[in-house]
Formats: sequence, structure tokens, C-alpha cells
Amino acid sequence: MSENYNISSSPHVRDKVTSSNIMLMVTIALLPATFFGIYNFGMPALINIVLTTATAVLAEFVYEKLMHKDITIGDFSAVVTGLLLALNLPPTLPYWMGPLGAVFAIIVVKQLFGGLGQNFMNPALAARCFLLISFTGKMTYFVYDGVTGATPLASLKAGEAVNTMDMLLGTTAGTIGETSVIAIMVGAIFLLLMGVIDLRIPGTYIVTFVVFITIFGGHGIDAQYITAHLCGGGLMLGAWFMATDYVTSPITKKGQIVYGICLGCLTGLFRLFGGSAEGVSYAIIFSNLLVPLIERVTLPKPFGKGGEK
Amino acid sequence: MGLLTFKGGIHPDDGKSLAKDQAIVEIMPKGDLVYPLSQHIGAPAKPTVAVGDYVLKGQKIAEAGGFVSAPIYASVSGTVKALEPHFNPTGSKVPCIVIENDGAYTEVEYPESKPFNLMTKDEVMSRIADAGVVGMGGAGFPTRVKLSPKEPDKIEYIIANCAECEPYITADYRRMLENTKELVSGMRVVLSLFDNAKGIFGVEDNKKDCISVLEEAIKDEPRMSVKTLQTKYPQGAERQLIFATTGRAINSTMLPADAGCVVDNVETLVTIHNAVIKGRPSMERVVTVSGDAVANPGNFKVLFGMNQAEVVEAAGGFKTQPQKVISGGPMMGFSMFTLDTPITKTSSSILGFTEDVVAKLKPSACINCGRCVEVCPSRIIPSRLADFAERHDEDSFTKQNGLECVECGSCSYVCPAKRQLKQSIGSMRKIALANRKK
Repeated sequence: MSENYNISSSPHVRDKVTSSNIMLMVTIALLPATFFGIYNFGMPALINIVLTTATAVLAEFVYEKLMHKDITIGDFSAVVTGLLLALNLPPTLPYWMGPLGAVFAIIVVKQLFGGLGQNFMNPALAARCFLLISFTGKMTYFVYDGVTGATPLASLKAGEAVNTMDMLLGTTAGTIGETSVIAIMVGAIFLLLMGVIDLRIPGTYIVTFVVFITIFGGHGIDAQYITAHLCGGGLMLGAWFMATDYVTSPITKKGQIVYGICLGCLTGLFRLFGGSAEGVSYAIIFSNLLVPLIERVTLPKPFGKGGEK
Repeated sequence: MGLLTFKGGIHPDDGKSLAKDQAIVEIMPKGDLVYPLSQHIGAPAKPTVAVGDYVLKGQKIAEAGGFVSAPIYASVSGTVKALEPHFNPTGSKVPCIVIENDGAYTEVEYPESKPFNLMTKDEVMSRIADAGVVGMGGAGFPTRVKLSPKEPDKIEYIIANCAECEPYITADYRRMLENTKELVSGMRVVLSLFDNAKGIFGVEDNKKDCISVLEEAIKDEPRMSVKTLQTKYPQGAERQLIFATTGRAINSTMLPADAGCVVDNVETLVTIHNAVIKGRPSMERVVTVSGDAVANPGNFKVLFGMNQAEVVEAAGGFKTQPQKVISGGPMMGFSMFTLDTPITKTSSSILGFTEDVVAKLKPSACINCGRCVEVCPSRIIPSRLADFAERHDEDSFTKQNGLECVECGSCSYVCPAKRQLKQSIGSMRKIALANRKK
């Protein structure tokens, strides 16, 4: 009889879900928005997406190689970061800027803080904000159908009329992946069905935002105005794909609700009273900073505590 | 209204179809019988025999070493061969009594049994204590202690743990089907100790046949009822079971009695029946032998002390070389490096798996996905607590309720980063609990 059976601590069975298949599912969920972006904006969008995503993966590989760490590019998290960043860039961006942002996202925001799971801000959004501050002109320059134009949200802020049907479909100016609400929702529904994300954060975010702009937007309950706000400015991309980033959102269920409320209020605040028309990116990275605090005050009550004894 | 249950939990592959339909087969030991002195929680038993003594089946060979302890009985007739350390199923070398089986199974003459309805509560209790009955679901808590709460009048529910939520194990399932009468009789015995209590059989809804035979068996028992529970792991964890059946929630500082409950599992209740009604001590139990490496998975009635390798042989041995052999269920059982270890009062199963799925997994960084929080029946934050444990930050661990963990392993099961959450939390808990007692 063999005497060398394996020993390990229980449990001796495990669920099949791994971090890499979760990240892979997120990547797949981003594809509809990616393909729509390429269709909508053509070759420059494709090149930006490929370069930015590839650079993110490469940056992770090179850094880990140099630091003699385990190579973790197989977990797809760098792919998600690169792709998300690319989807948040204007299609006309010079081709070196996206990769620069990707390097910033992976090295500065993610790896310097300890790699996967340790970053306190969403790397893709932090990089977007870094680019936005460094290259404001290029980052806010939008061309659609050969015509330089404002994004629908900027037009809305300027008091002009917008076509909400175009915004739903995505045939407007904007960043590569933010324009088509339909494409984003296809991916989001996929993630919801696969159990990768739930409604807690995006649901509270969107509801809170709607309430906020209804009260403070000066238009009251104006369906056209609210729809335009919801469909514009990357709110959908942000709510479904970036606010739901596991690492930078609260782990407690109540905390996720609080986080969603913070996001909704901040986005509304930045959009209505801030300098620029958009505000999703700043709202999310600002709320990322609040996460440790939110978690501290929303520690769940354990089973049976507060009983008779 | 949905089925009774608790918040959290997981749905692992149950693997029960392997052994579910195999009726209980009684098997006899060939080699020596080994009885660890500590098969229960509490003080080890004290041997009452010496090397060379001839003992009969059913004779006491070790007496309780204190109030929280239990005596041990010989399960065969034969000669005491040694008092020496042996490996127990959890891998420690512990003092044991070794008996050479003479194959005659000559049994002691049990004293004439008094009819149950004439017994006083004290007599019932002393029979249970004398028989060495302990919780046979895995914890091994002496039943006598469990049945002696400070205020017996405040006990309102006796809950029979018929959940058997661990994958693969079907021993309780077979007992419920084949020994329904003994199970109900065990419940009747326990109810006789508590005047204000009602008996509840909590059965998961994947055991519909058990539910119907139990309902049939208790139709003339006004104090008993069967409750159907949602099939979910860890439905059979004591606190979760109490919550599902009575809606009462207890924490780590409370005992079931604080919520007016006493919980006993199926095997324990059958053993209580044997002890009180038949006057026979705790000497045997049903053990499931299963897993993909086992040739003929089944359920066996096994005498305590029998070598586990012999039990596996009774199931046709291994058809493939197993990488992992587990005593107990795959969620909370112990992996054994050898089968040269005895069946004890708490050995509910032996599982052999061709492949050790855990060995291949490489833990990676936590991605904060919250799946562990979602499934945790104790509603704590396993990933955070494991971090505290790994940094040996006992203060934060205790403050964030690490002691409330029931070590069910659901967090490790779902973790996509394959972290050993339960292991880290469990190790820290041992230290923190020891400090709490100080």
C-alpha cells in the first residue's frame, strides 16, 4: 500500500472559476464596444487599441522580468487595463500617447503599489487622467465624420440640442469605446449573466446620478435631458466596467451601495458644476480613494452577533 | 416561501450518486484493532486494561478522563497487545490501546434492560454517558455534556442534523433510510430528557426519500416534525442548521443551548438508541467509502478500531492509485498520508481521489472580488482576515470578527485566486481562541 498520499488543508475541492477566466470574461465583454469603436472611427481607433493594449501587457512583462517577479501577464488583467484605457482615448490621439498612458497605468499605478490587487486606483482611469492633465488639447479633441466637433455632452452643457438616438447607437463623437450605449450594455449584460459583476455598484451609481441631475440639473424630470446625460460622457462605460473593478471598489455589500451613491453624486457634481462636461473618470478615481474609509464604516455584522449573549 | 436555509454558502458537486444506492454492509476486521484514547473533544480517556488482559466485545477498556470526556469500549474480543502511540486519521501520533482480535466476537453479558418508559431522566443520562456516546458528525463533542445544559427546561428544540451537506458522504442518508426506527427512537430518548422540547429532523431537499420515510415514521409522534432544508453547503453546520430550522442565530461565544437548542446528527441519535434502548455501548458506525479512485464505493457498518486500509479493501480497494485520501468530507475532512490508521467515533467516510485538484493550483494575489464575502455563512470578510492572519495581526483579526469563522472552507472553495483562506484563518483562530480563554 502506498504511503505517500498528498496532504493539504481542507477544502479538498475547488470551484473552477479562476482570476484569469474572470479577466478573460471582462475582456470578452469589452469586445462589442471595441468593435463598435473600430467600426465607428476606423483605422486610427484600431491602431490606438492595439498599441495601447499591447504596451500594457509588454510593460507588465518587462517590469516583472526586471524585478524578478512571477510573470502574471497570463491573468489577462493587463489586457483589461490596456483595453479599457484605449476605449477611453479619443480616436485621433497621436499613436505614442496611448502607449505612454499604458506604461503609466501598469508601472506607476499598478506595479509600484505591489501589482495585481494592490493598486488603490483604477489603473486605466488614473492613466486617462494623467493623459488628460498632460495633454489636455489632444485628449479633448474630437473629430467625427471628418468634422471637428464637440461631444454630445459638451453640446448639452452649451445648451444645444442632442440626438439621443445617435447616442444610444454610438454614432457620435467621443472616445473610442464610450459612444455606443448598446454595445456597452451587451457586454454588461454578459458580465451580469456570468456573475462577474452584480447590480449593486452600477445600479446605485446610475440611480443616484439620475436623482442628482433631476434635482440640480435645472431641467426637472426631462427624459430627453436625463437620457442624454446617461448615454454621454462615458457614464455607461464607467458604471459597468470601471466602477465595478474589484480591486478598487469596496468588498462589503453595504460599502458597494455607499460607493455607488458617492459615484453618482460626484459625477453629477463634476458635470453640472465643474469646468469640463464630463466627470466620470474623476468621480471614479476620487471614489477609489474613499474605498478604505467606506469599508471601515460598512463592516458587516457577523452571523449571530447582537444575539442574547 | 422558499426552503429553509441561511445566507451564503456554496453548491459544490455532491458526488453522492457514487455510494448513495449502496445499502449498508456489515464488515469484520482481520488485523489488530487500534483505539485512540482521544476520539472526542476534551480529556483523553484513561485505560482500564493492561497489556496481556483478555477482553470481551462490549467491555470498557478506557474510562472517561473527566466530565468532558468519554469512555471507550472494545469492539471485538481478544487480547490487549499494546498501549502505544499510533497515527490517528488527522496525522498525529496519539496514545492508543491495541487489541489482537481472536475472531470469536464473544460479547459481554449486557445487564437486563429496564423498559424505557420506566427509566428516570438520570438513568437515561447515565446510560448515554456510560456508553461513550460522542457527536459522530465529526466534532466528537461528548453527548452527555451536550445533553446537560444549565437549564434543561429552556431547551425548546432538539434538532436532528440530517443535512449531510458534505459532498460524497452518504452514511447518514443510508441510516435514515435503513434505520429510520432507530433514528426516531434516538430522538424519543433525547426528548424524554427535555420536557419542553420539540424534535426537528432537518433534511436537505436532495434527500426526498428520507423526508418521506421520516414523515411516515413520525406520524404518531406529536412532538416531532420534519423540516425540508435547501441543499447547500454548509447547511449541516450547527449554527446554520439552527438558524434554518428555528430562525435563531448564535455566534462563537454562545452554545446551541443559549438559543434553546440541542443538535445531534443521525449517527449519534442511532447510537443513543443503541445505548439506552438496547443497552449497548458505542462500538460501531456507518462509514462511506467513496471517490473516483475506489473500485466499489459503498456504505459499511464498521467496528471502531478497524484499520482504514481494510475498510477500503471491503470496497474493492482502489482501482486507480489515489493522490489524495480523505477522512471525512472533501470540504472539512482531513487528508491522510497513510491508510494505516483506525476508524474512530468521528470517521464518517474515507474518500479516495485519483487526482488531487488542490495540488495543481497556485495561489495568486487577491483581486478583491468579494466572492468569499458572498458565500461566508458567518458574514465576515475572509480575504481581509486571511491577510491579517498572514501578517499575524491578531488584534485586527479579532476586531474584524475572525473568531466567528466556522472553518467551513466555502471561502477557499470559491476563491478565484485559489488562496488558502480557510487555512490562514483557521491557524490564526487557534491562536486567538487560546488567548481569549486566558
